Order: sequence, then structure tokens, then C-alpha cells
Amino acid sequence: MAHASHDTDHAHHDHDHHDGPATGIKRWLFATNHKDIGTMYLVFSLIMFFIGGSMAMIIRAELFQPGMQLVDPGFFNEMTTMHALVMIFGAVMPAFVGLANWMVPMQVGAPDMALPRMNNFSFWILPFAFTLLLSTLFVPGGSPAGGWTMYPPLILQTGNAFPMLIFAVHMMGASSIMGAINVIVTIMNMRAPGMTLLKMPLFCWSWLITAYLLIAVMPVLAGAVTMLLTDHFFKTSFFNAAGGGDPLMFEHIFWFFGHPEVYIMILPAFGIISEILPTFSRKPLFGATSMIYAIASIAFLSFIVWAHHMFVDGMPEAAQVFFMMSTMLIAVPTGVKVFNWTATMWRGSLSFEPPMLFAIAFLFLFSIGGFSGVMLAIVPADFQYNQTYFVVAHFHYVLVPGAIFAIMGAVYYWLPKWTGHMYNMALAKWHFWLSAIFVNVLFFPQHFLGLAGMPRRVPDYAVQFTEWNMVSSIGGFGFGLSQILFAILIIQCVRGGKKASAVVWDGATPTGLEWTLSSPPPYHSFTIAPEVK
Amino acid sequence: MSVTRATGNDNNILRPRGFPRARACLPAALAAGNAMANTNTSNGYNMPVGVTDLSRIIYGLHMEVFWICVGIAVVVFGAMIYSLVKFRHSQGAIPDTTMVHSTKVEIIWTIIPVLILVVMAVPAAEVILKMEDTTKSELSIRVTGYQWKWQYQYMDAGEGVNFFSTLSRDSNFARQLHSGIDPSTVDNGNYLLEVDHPMVVPSGTKVRLLLTSQDVIHAWWVPDFGVKRSAVPGFVNELWFRVEPGKEGIYRGQCTSLCGRDHGFMPVVVDVRTPDEFKKWVDEQKAALKQAAAPGAEPPRSAQALPESSN
Repeated sequence: MAHASHDTDHAHHDHDHHDGPATGIKRWLFATNHKDIGTMYLVFSLIMFFIGGSMAMIIRAELFQPGMQLVDPGFFNEMTTMHALVMIFGAVMPAFVGLANWMVPMQVGAPDMALPRMNNFSFWILPFAFTLLLSTLFVPGGSPAGGWTMYPPLILQTGNAFPMLIFAVHMMGASSIMGAINVIVTIMNMRAPGMTLLKMPLFCWSWLITAYLLIAVMPVLAGAVTMLLTDHFFKTSFFNAAGGGDPLMFEHIFWFFGHPEVYIMILPAFGIISEILPTFSRKPLFGATSMIYAIASIAFLSFIVWAHHMFVDGMPEAAQVFFMMSTMLIAVPTGVKVFNWTATMWRGSLSFEPPMLFAIAFLFLFSIGGFSGVMLAIVPADFQYNQTYFVVAHFHYVLVPGAIFAIMGAVYYWLPKWTGHMYNMALAKWHFWLSAIFVNVLFFPQHFLGLAGMPRRVPDYAVQFTEWNMVSSIGGFGFGLSQILFAILIIQCVRGGKKASAVVWDGATPTGLEWTLSSPPPYHSFTIAPEVK
Repeated sequence: MSVTRATGNDNNILRPRGFPRARACLPAALAAGNAMANTNTSNGYNMPVGVTDLSRIIYGLHMEVFWICVGIAVVVFGAMIYSLVKFRHSQGAIPDTTMVHSTKVEIIWTIIPVLILVVMAVPAAEVILKMEDTTKSELSIRVTGYQWKWQYQYMDAGEGVNFFSTLSRDSNFARQLHSGIDPSTVDNGNYLLEVDHPMVVPSGTKVRLLLTSQDVIHAWWVPDFGVKRSAVPGFVNELWFRVEPGKEGIYRGQCTSLCGRDHGFMPVVVDVRTPDEFKKWVDEQKAALKQAAAPGAEPPRSAQALPESSN
């Protein structure tokens, strides 16, 4: 156990400054430890995953058959809007920040994150932001119902929830920016001696690039929603044509944030998959350097593709051609990544532990989302796909079996390291197989619905869409229920279980400094910096 | 005439068009393919081929890109599956830990996708230019979106014709919460896809729509025409289509841009008629307008009060 704490050098008088955690609620309220904060992020994310998931269950229940059976159309719109906001800003992004908190210091050989108090602040903003956002369900006029994209003029018709939405988004943005700064400062300043940037694990690399994306685009979102706020309350006309503004300008600004945001939700997933696949293939990652360049290229391209979300909204031919080309270009570095992952498995020695199962499912299903992405890039065809269930199927394929499967794979990969206990393998495999099957039952038919002409964000539909909607809803309920297994498994594993060794995956080849620490690791990960050759 | 149209309608729509009866439907639609067929050419799981050159070109592009993706998927997924089967730890596979990098291979699998993308992008760019060319249109109609209906104002040959188009009464009753009405019994199977006054256009004519909105952003879409465009308040967007002669009938779509509580309930219905019949329809509309405006007559309301034109 470590005895030297860096902090004791400083003139801190707090009595909680010792090597172990403080006791009781103070451990969490005043947390400055990267593991405690990482745990809070992950628990928060899991809670939001279930709240956002419950909203999805309401959506799928109403869409089970044509006709309005359960909810008012206005409430349905509230559900689609809140589902997206909760899942994006409450579930996926905090999950990645939680993983970064846990793993970045351990992977670069640091004792903690560089800015622990800001770390505390960036987490504790989130419960307030989401309490505010979720409380809009109970205010006059209901919660926001204009879609998570918040397009004016529609979003300006929101009732009392409107300023609450804007303030909640501001808080989420502030939290994300602080989290991103922390990751960058930690990686730039606290790497162990000998760990050059190119020797750094892929998960840290993916997060480093993601953090820059966050810092670049969250202020853009803040600006866009602030303009909405002043349009609503202070008679400005940024997005009001009658006053000389332009509703489409909001879409341009929003998607200048929104498209990098999409990659913010997938780049860390790329990093995770690049950690898991080599371990259980017992073979180093193929083309590690080109993987880093691929992530960087995707990040760069993400800034010049935004208008592909708005081809049908009207833009010059030249712009349509440009954004089609730039969007298609993204397929090249993404293809390199998929090919390199495949080459990593090629001539390896594969075993199928739960993290590997999720990584393999990611490879197949994320690729399907990538294919529909290439189809969507073709502008003329996009005129048919846009705003239909085909788009819904596309982004859920990249976000659910993409981002969320990667997060689950990461939890299954590192949970024994975090807790010191092995989890219930049989339960994990049940969770995997049920999730992998139901996620396809849920989302694959939505491709058919969209192509056959069903618009998205509708609470009811024409009778010819009935069968596939039923199939999709059944898949939705199955997927939702399967996630309860995940929660049970985590609780069991935190409470106890077979002791995990330091390497955890004996017999496989996990690489990285985190596996040199005990399981669970000491409270201040590396008090003496390890030497990396 | 309207009776014939309704029959074509029954042939096609009363049969639920989803899986697995989908295949039976296309021949049914084709069999009913007289001039009055109500043709939604989607088979329930793929994009409709449609009835305009644009929609056919788009369908062609869609299928081309789809098959390219399938081809890539076969190769990539094939390699993955081969690895999963062949290189198993449990089968005693020995990892080749020297296989970490190959500049040659990586260059190849960067260049090949670029070439494939160019093959897809060039024809697509040509189609973009074609889609945006709204010149030489023969009939212009101003389409205005409202929460939650469409207004059609005719120009050129239809000058003066002006009416609103809202969800049909029967669909509107059936779609109320707990209405207890079985949606499949409503509007000849066109639940939520039927309006009181459809837009009427001539076939074989280049029709240009000028889209705008009075409140929030809407979007006008008819899948069979291969056109969709947003209606943005304060701005005018254009689109055009030309329905092939012989493809007269009723075509249906919906608003596709979330526009508030009843976004799901503002369908687009277009009644395509031969140019002669279209001219007759315009004359009827104008006569009705004149009658309504005549002294002693009731003050003209909107065209909503005009005689039913489609059924």
C-alpha cells in the first residue's frame, strides 16, 4: 500500500487528507479522488440510462400498434425529446467521462487526475443539471417537446420548461468542458517517464482527441442556446426571419456542435475496442499508429460535415456536393479502423470473455451503422431517407451497439480491476446475448420502416407500418428488460465475488499500466511513477 | 372517375402492406395499374421506385450504394467470421504476435475505399444538379405549412385556386386517444394518409413547388416523387417533379419535420390527373370561386368550402 501522498506536501488542513477515502457522505460530496469521481460518473450514467430507457419504453409501447392508445401526442414528443437529451448528455457522455476518470491516471501512470477539485465540480454539476431538466416533466406546458435538436421556431413554443432546458444545457456544457480540460492536462503533464505520446494506450489517445472536440464545440452549443434564450425573452431575432434572422442559421450552428458531438460519443468507444480486442486476441493491436491517425482524421473531418444533417432544408448545389464528399471521406479513416481491428483478430488466438463478446458485436453492428451512414451521405438518396426511421435506425446502430456496447465492454473489462472481484460470468453472457439479439430486433426493422416511408418523431402511423413496428417494439422491451441483468451483475460484483488477480485476465494478454496495479488498485493509483520502456 | 380511383385504392391498400404479405402487394398494384391506380410503390421494406425520373434515379443510386455496402460487408464480415471460427484459443490457435503493422496493406485499404467512394459520389453529384434545376417549370404552386395543415396556392394555369388541406375527418376521429376506432377500417386503409382536399397536379408536367411556412419548420414529402424539402418560415424553398404520363393516381406522404403536437397528423396527398382532367378541375374550381364571389352569394370563405374534388 502506498504511504506517500503528494497532497501531504501542501498546506491542507482538511482532516480527510489521508491515503484512504473519507467516510460516509463526505467521501462523495467532497471527492477529489479520480476513482471516487469516476464511480460517481458511472453510477450517474447508469441511472440516467434507465431513466432514458424508460422513456424509450413509453415510445415503443405507444408505437406498438397504430392508433393512439397510451399517451397524448404532445407527451409523446416530450418523451422523444427527453429520451435523446437524457441518453446523450446523461448516459453516454458521463459514462465515457467516468471511464476516463478511472482509467486515464492508471493508464498513464499518474496518482490522480491533474485537477481534482475541478473534477469534483464537473461531476457535481450534472445531478443539478439533470434534476432541473427532468423536473420540466412537472411544470406547466410540460417538458421540451421540440426534439433534442431544439430547432426554432418550434422550441420557442415550449412552456415554462424553456429557460430550464437552456440552463440545464449550459450546465451540462460547463461540466463537459471541465472534464475535457482535466483529461488533456492529465495526459499532457502526468504521463510516466518514458511514456511518449505514441506509446500511450489507445483509450487515452481517443480521449485526448475527444477532449479537444469537446472544448471546441460545447461553447458553440452554449452560444446557440443562449441566442434561443434571447430570442425568446429579450426580443432579439437571431432565428426569426421577421426580424432579419434565419431559422436555418440555428441549424447550422447547432450541427457545427452536433456533428463533432456525434464523434465525442464514438471516439472513446474506438479507444475501448482497441484495448479489448488485442487482449483477447492475444496479439498486439494491428497498425496502432495508423489507428491514432485515423481517430485524428475523423475528429478533423467532423468539423466540416455538419450540413449533411440539413440537405433537405435548402442549400446551394455546391454546398450539397461539398458536404456529401466530406461526409463520404469519413468512411475512409473509419474503414481503416475496422480493417485494423479485423487484422488484429486475424491469426490471433481468440477467446470469448464478456468484454470480447461486446467488442465483437461492436465490430459487426457499428459497421452496419457505418454502411447506412455512407448511404445517408448520398445527397439525392438522403432526400428520401432524411427525417425517416431509416435515420433513426442508423444513429441507434452507431449509438447503442456502437457507443453503449463499447461502454458495457469497458465495464466488463475493467470492473474486476475496479472492485477486486470477478463478476458472474454466466450472467454477463446472458446479458450479452439477450442484448445483442434484441438490439437487432429493435433497430433492424426500423430501416425497413424508414425506406417504406415512415417519418420519425411521429406518435402514430399508417396501417402498412404495423408489422415492423410491432417487431421493433418487442425488441425494445426485450432489450430494456435485459439491461436489468447488467445492473444486478454490477451490484453483485461490487458487493463481493471471487478475488480478481492484478492481471485479471490471466491467460489473455492485457497490456497497459493499469494491470500492474493490484485489484482493486490503491487509492492513489501510482504514488511512484512507473518507468515505461 | 372517383369510383375507379377508389377501387384502385382498395386493391392496393386494404391489404396490409407489411411483411410478410408485402410481396403479394406489388403485383396487385401493378394489376390495378390503369390510369387511376393509387400507387404507393414501396413494397413495405424498401424505398419506392416511384413515378418521376428523379425518384427512379434516386432508387437506382440507393440500390447501387446498398449493393456496394453489401459487397464490402461480405468481405469484411467474412474476414471477421473466418477469424472467429479459425483462430480460437480453445482450438489451440497460436497468435502470430509479429503481425503488428504493414504499411503496404494499410495503404491499399485506404486507397480502395477512396476509389469506391468516388464511384458513388460522381453520379450522385450529377443528380444533385438535376434536382436543383427548377427552371422551365410549367406549373407553380405555393405550398405553405401551418401547424398542422398545408395550404396550396396555384399560380400559372391555376391562378386563383387556393385551398387548405387537412387530415380527413375519419382519420382525425380515429386518431384521438382511446378513440376505440380500429385504424385499419378508416379511410379505405389510408389512416393518417388522407386529407379533405388533396393537391391536384397534371401528369407529364414539370411542377414547381415554392415552399414556405407560417409558423414553424415543416417538410413536404411524397416518397413516390422522390422529393422532400423543408418549409421554413420567412424563406422560400423550391422543388420540382414531373409525374410520368400514365402514372396518374393518388400519392401520399407526410410532414417530416417535427412541427409540434400534431406533427404526425398533417399528411400530404397529391392527386395526379391527365392534363385535360387537370384543366377541367381548374375550371371547376374557378367557377366555384366566381359563384362564391357573385353578389348575393355567401361571402367566400376559404376553398375549404369548395365542392369536394376527389371523392
